[in-house]
Amino acid sequence: MTPPKKNSAAVATYGDHEVIQPENKLRKVVSDKPLPPGEDHPVARAEKALADLSTEFSSWMDSECERLDQARRSIAANGFTAASKDAIYHAAHDIKGEAATFGFPLVALAADSLCRLIEHTPDVTRIPVKLVDQHVDAVRAIHREYSRSDAKELAATLTERLRAVTDEFLMHENRGRPDVLAQIKGPPIAPE
Amino acid sequence: MVRIEFSRLRFLVIDDNAHMRRMLRTLLHGFGTREVHEAEDGAAGLEAFTHHTPDIVITDWAMPIFDGLELTQMIRQPGANSNPYVAIIMLTGHSEKKRVVSARDAGVTEFLAKPISAKGLYQRIVNVVANPRPFIKTKTYFGPDRRRNVNPNYVGTERRKGGKADIIKQAPLFEKVRSQG
Repeated sequence: MTPPKKNSAAVATYGDHEVIQPENKLRKVVSDKPLPPGEDHPVARAEKALADLSTEFSSWMDSECERLDQARRSIAANGFTAASKDAIYHAAHDIKGEAATFGFPLVALAADSLCRLIEHTPDVTRIPVKLVDQHVDAVRAIHREYSRSDAKELAATLTERLRAVTDEFLMHENRGRPDVLAQIKGPPIAPE
Repeated sequence: MVRIEFSRLRFLVIDDNAHMRRMLRTLLHGFGTREVHEAEDGAAGLEAFTHHTPDIVITDWAMPIFDGLELTQMIRQPGANSNPYVAIIMLTGHSEKKRVVSARDAGVTEFLAKPISAKGLYQRIVNVVANPRPFIKTKTYFGPDRRRNVNPNYVGTERRKGGKADIIKQAPLFEKVRSQG
């Protein structure tokens, strides 16, 4: 029997499953040759490219904060609807994910608290608009005052308070839902 | 040291956030990639996937129309498209265990929690290119082997029937999310 070609597809069939080794089309781009002399490692090159881009990060953060504010204003005007809920959740979620890369890691924590509030409230129309406002104001304030020498303390104070109030609200709204309560109380598995 | 010729790889980046797409494009070009295609939602992403036949898909989770999880499930349909085995790297701000497990069960190849870094993205790409896992097809699952290592302390019954499955040792997805770089 001819052995299968290197990097070619193979299928092994078992009782209730198949193990498929797809053709490895990407094998051709892997090599063990060292980098040519004088050439930077790809990670170093990418970090440099990102550093070059970083002059735009502050204005990007401004526009993300503005987007969050617009979503908040929509809720203030019309209450929570499916569309306004999605808009504010995505705006907060994007800030949570981008803030650290944009150089504003302290902003992410307040945005994360807003995401938790929306995600874990079974009936979002019960969320006090004031609590949404406080989160949005906190995100904007932490970003605006980022250059202050006490920015870290300011962010910690705001975020801790918001998180405590949010947790209290979520515990109440989810009493009787032990699985959700466990999720709310449990730590994230990725580093903060 | 494994070296990847990024200039020969074709990427598809799917994210509804223009800033994130720009950042990913910058990182990929920094690695040396020339061909980076973009889409801003799951539907456009699926169309771009069919049109451009990328080697690696990098997708956000939370997106309009259909999300990254649904997109993954659509791509992982044997016979439905030209490359159901494509490497899919899921980028997300969701880092809870339940979310990671959902992504794994949809057929995601690698998971990268935001905030993203050049190092974290590079490691995921190297892993999918240099250490591809076999695919498992059952009645309810089609995707990369979800067993990344052998647990010597496992005491339950073997759920896969009919023989010993191939297993390639890799760090569990859960651990990789914890130790993201």
